[in-house]
Amino acid sequence: MSRNIRLLNATGLEKSSLESITVRVARALHCDVRLESYRPDLTRVLDPTRGQCHSGGLLKEMQDRFNGRGEPNERFAALVDVDLFIPVLTFVFGEAQLDGKYAVISTYRLKNEFYGIPADPGRLLERFEKEIVHEAGHVFGLLHCRNFECVMRSSTYVEEIDLKRNSLCSDCESIMERKME
Amino acid sequence: MTMENKPAILIVDDEKVVRDSLTKWFRQDGYDVDGAENGAVALKKMQARAWDLILLDIKMPGMDGMELQQRIKELDVPATIIFITAHATIDSAVQALKQGAFDYVTKPVDPDYLTHVVANALRQRSLSKENERLREGITSAARAEEIVGESPQIRKVFDLIDTVAKTDTTVMIRGESGTGKELVARAIHANSSRRFFPIVPVNCGAMTEGLLESELFGHERGAFTGAHYRRKGKIELADGGTIFLDEIGNISMKTQMDLLRVLETRQFTRVGGNDVISVDFRVICATNKDLERAVKEGTFREDLYYRLNVFTIVLPPLRERRSDIVPLAKYFLKKYAAQMNKPVTGFAPDAMDVLLQYEWPGNVRELENAIERAMVIGSPPMLTPNDLPFKLSDTVGAVRSGTLADVERIYIQDVLHKNDWNISRSAEELDIDRVTLYHKIEKYGFKKPA
Repeated sequence: MSRNIRLLNATGLEKSSLESITVRVARALHCDVRLESYRPDLTRVLDPTRGQCHSGGLLKEMQDRFNGRGEPNERFAALVDVDLFIPVLTFVFGEAQLDGKYAVISTYRLKNEFYGIPADPGRLLERFEKEIVHEAGHVFGLLHCRNFECVMRSSTYVEEIDLKRNSLCSDCESIMERKME
Repeated sequence: MTMENKPAILIVDDEKVVRDSLTKWFRQDGYDVDGAENGAVALKKMQARAWDLILLDIKMPGMDGMELQQRIKELDVPATIIFITAHATIDSAVQALKQGAFDYVTKPVDPDYLTHVVANALRQRSLSKENERLREGITSAARAEEIVGESPQIRKVFDLIDTVAKTDTTVMIRGESGTGKELVARAIHANSSRRFFPIVPVNCGAMTEGLLESELFGHERGAFTGAHYRRKGKIELADGGTIFLDEIGNISMKTQMDLLRVLETRQFTRVGGNDVISVDFRVICATNKDLERAVKEGTFREDLYYRLNVFTIVLPPLRERRSDIVPLAKYFLKKYAAQMNKPVTGFAPDAMDVLLQYEWPGNVRELENAIERAMVIGSPPMLTPNDLPFKLSDTVGAVRSGTLADVERIYIQDVLHKNDWNISRSAEELDIDRVTLYHKIEKYGFKKPA
């Protein structure tokens, strides 16, 4: 079964940076990746009391917009720069439908500035790339991995993202291959 | 590595959105998760099968969480209970914990906290089984990336890694930029008893004093303007594992003092915090600086130097282990051919000549970059000199600028390569006898390519 994923960009990041990320995501997941711009209706998912956007709501909006569109087996990942949450947690870096079709990833808490330290655009792109691969991995059916260096390792602190590589460990690679057979 | 026997979690909450989001969150961790919208449904699900953990909301219509906890106790359901509520009061927390709940958390909860509470609860349930599974699982994860080479110089490094990995000694790795100091640190960690915990690299040379302090020790929320969120430091992340301090020769005197204190006490506080945090980690550091001179000049603390310089591994530059160029080049070619899915199978002989004759001032990293670049622009089946980022003339220049021994070494290697390692023909061309040539081969650590 072929794999392909469409990255829907709603961030203010430069196109050239995103194109580089697109190439590396394709390499990490051995899939075809396309990049296009996207304008989600954030007013539908903004929780005014928390000042954050409900990531599940964004997935729903993508589902409403893209169901029945695209190629068969195509997955969609929205790239946003708003603060995301799920109701029970204070925040999430991103959310994906496990073995599903849609994912969303935000740059908001990946930026050094959020933690009061100087901006590092290169580090931001590295973190964003890893989180995109991570959430896309979930969409392709991968679970969290215990390998500290595997991109599928769960990260609840941004520093933990820095410890991971941007690729799957050999175990996750094998699982992915089996799923795609 | 993913989990095999999935722990089962039941989420009891009247809010569908909470059940759904927690279900998704825990499924991605590999747990077997189900939800129940009230106490009655929860009890039915508990009769139907066993659960390891029950996440229980306090305020629910009908039977509330406290009452359900009581029923669970009466029915002797062997599950761990964690209360999760938006309406926290001290009384309800005390009551829940008194009745045997494992913990009590307030919505919305920090993802890190929830993950840890759940993991701790499950760990407590079956510590020995869980521990064994973790160890089995992580063994494959802890494999170090391969250090390639067969020269006597690199074999000596392997022996040193092997010796020191079994101990908890502080290690200092010396060597020029690009010689693979981080790979050696990772190999030591991967072969040590700390391999089940992370190795945390910190590039000390890339940061300003303030930034390095925050990077190493972390900071509390509100520690300074813009610190909106608590941040874990690298030292805290390395608890149980290894911290790899790269470019240690570049840190400021103040950070040297702070670091020395942590190394002596294994305790620190986050920036802006009061809590003393104890950590257990091994230190591996690396530098390409002359630390002895820095100590003499007063730019590096002598006490820190002696604390770090316990066991030293010196990595030879690539030009001093030329016989490793061929296996390294083949290793990188294979690696990038697989990554780029490009059927390049080897090097044209004149391309290998260029690689062998170049001086590699940037060492193994430069070799890897050169081959990655060649793989991008080259065409199958073989890489040619045109694919490389330098020409033979560059390498000739490099030879000319070396010592007499460098010139001899490079020339002999070139002749051997040209004659396909035929010793008689090579000796004849060099106008020396075969025994002398064998001595030279041994002296320079040349190895016949496989």
